[in-house]
Amino acid sequence: MIGFIAKRLLQAVPLLIGVSLIGFGLMHLAPGGPLAIYTLNPTIQVQDIERIKVIFGLDQPLHIQYVKWATGIFSGNWGYTFFGGRPVLDVILERVPATLLLMGSALSVAIVLGLSVGVLGAVKRYSVFDVLATTGALFALSFPTFWFGLMAIFVFAIELRWLPSGGMWELGEEGNLLSLLRHLVLPTMVLALVITATWSRYSRSAFLEVMHQDFMRTARAKGVPPGARLLRHAFPNAAKPLIALLGVELPFLFSGALVAETIFGWPGMGRLFVDALSMKEYPVLMGMMMFTAIFVIIGNLLADIAIALIDPRVRLS
Amino acid sequence: MSAAAAPPQSQSGRIWSRFRRHRLALAGGFVVALLLASALFAPLLAPQDPTLLDTALRFRPPFADWHFPLGTDELGRDTLSRLLWGGRVSLTVGLVAMITTVMTGALIGITAGFIGGFVDTLLMRFVDTMLCFPQVFLLLVVAAFVPPTLLSISLIIGLTSWMEVSRIVRAEILNLKEQDFVAAARALGASRTRIMFRELLPNAAAPILVAATLKVASAVLMESYISYLGYGVQPPLASWGNMLTNAQGYFDTVPWLAILPGVAITLTVMGFNFLGDGLRDALDPRLRMDP
Repeated sequence: MIGFIAKRLLQAVPLLIGVSLIGFGLMHLAPGGPLAIYTLNPTIQVQDIERIKVIFGLDQPLHIQYVKWATGIFSGNWGYTFFGGRPVLDVILERVPATLLLMGSALSVAIVLGLSVGVLGAVKRYSVFDVLATTGALFALSFPTFWFGLMAIFVFAIELRWLPSGGMWELGEEGNLLSLLRHLVLPTMVLALVITATWSRYSRSAFLEVMHQDFMRTARAKGVPPGARLLRHAFPNAAKPLIALLGVELPFLFSGALVAETIFGWPGMGRLFVDALSMKEYPVLMGMMMFTAIFVIIGNLLADIAIALIDPRVRLS
Repeated sequence: MSAAAAPPQSQSGRIWSRFRRHRLALAGGFVVALLLASALFAPLLAPQDPTLLDTALRFRPPFADWHFPLGTDELGRDTLSRLLWGGRVSLTVGLVAMITTVMTGALIGITAGFIGGFVDTLLMRFVDTMLCFPQVFLLLVVAAFVPPTLLSISLIIGLTSWMEVSRIVRAEILNLKEQDFVAAARALGASRTRIMFRELLPNAAAPILVAATLKVASAVLMESYISYLGYGVQPPLASWGNMLTNAQGYFDTVPWLAILPGVAITLTVMGFNFLGDGLRDALDPRLRMDP
């Protein structure tokens, strides 16, 4: 097992290098370069731009800038923001809890709901419920999430006045759990829509795959009751593709969170990203790209390890 | 799948009969055909000039006046005409982005799969790396720095979404290149490029066609989202995404301005998704979501 983990960790190294190269390259190949906000501003003089370049080390050759930046990433120095000069890592980290809360609550809803719908669909294959569920999932996957969010605001916040339309707390109620939960409902619903659909589709096909195998027939023949068959025999075998899905879905989860956060003004990383985009805050943008990519790499690593833990065939091959 | 006793059929006959059984796919195909036609003939169909302002005619409700069948927006522009012209823009971006995606993905997939070895490893690590970034992040970063034109938006969407296609094509090529017809082509002295593009690629057409259809749906979705955020199609050119941006400000009083473009986006995305799903079932039963 330790050998397996070590191998997987080693495989993550080229990914990290690749990710940092792309993240760095994107910013420097962009027209106007990382200082676009200054160079395109007519009130800023040429000598000021030169000075700013020296301050941020942008006058040095590209490969030196890259090495400096990349070693900084792995030693915790992610650079400083253009506006306010705060450490980029701090700026990102203070937004992480809000995003993780949103992603966690949406993912929990999606897994519980998607898994139940998927399993039920697999057990009662081609029933009215199954047909409705699979068609519904395809519908859900086709909804533009941001429009769904706007419509949710219109119905639940403007017309019915049941729920707040955005933000994380009511003014003056920071720390009030009830207020937080009320604000969490709509963004969670919007983010969970697409993930639930994906989960129901994947769990349905994962269970269908398992349910017609020999060991399931054996279990039935020796008189294991249906509930126990599903839980003890089918579930562990169907879990593998679902754990893998958890890792693979992470980038989509981040994309979805960004959409939900911009619609609902949720003060997480997605909101930070869009704000940084409009101010062309390239150190923050570069940091965010790196942060999400590293998060995704770690997530996939953990999923791989979890799969190897439940299935010895994987770690021995 | 039911084993109905059917008379012997040609390959295309079998595919068509499988596709026809898929009622949602038929509906999807119908919607797609309708949308393509309305985009193509937008200049003839649109009752008004989509950019014609008349502040005296602001916020006309839908179905009230046959000059403005779907009402007018905050500047008195005809909503139906803007939807039609916006559809032209959105579908153009969707199709060009899809072509970019498929060409890039197919080229990388076929190169990796056919040449193999070090080239394969390198290309597939590149794919893995690109997949670590959430697509919306990648898209927005590039879109924010590149001056937005229809072509640049399409290219950006296409170049940030080809990775799955390259994996699908590579897997297909790995499968195909061991088969006899490739050995035969080689024995006849066919060059490597000929084998790649004349022998292997046409045989991988089915999964590519399915992926292409689904990619149009996601490209339309992406375009509408970045246009909604202001980094995509720029006003006065109408797109369904930027129509939503404007509508958002008048949400509580004139909701139909936000509902109509959203319905248009949803219909388009659904049409292509259902069509793609049906094509997958019809062309390649092995790829079904339903094993």
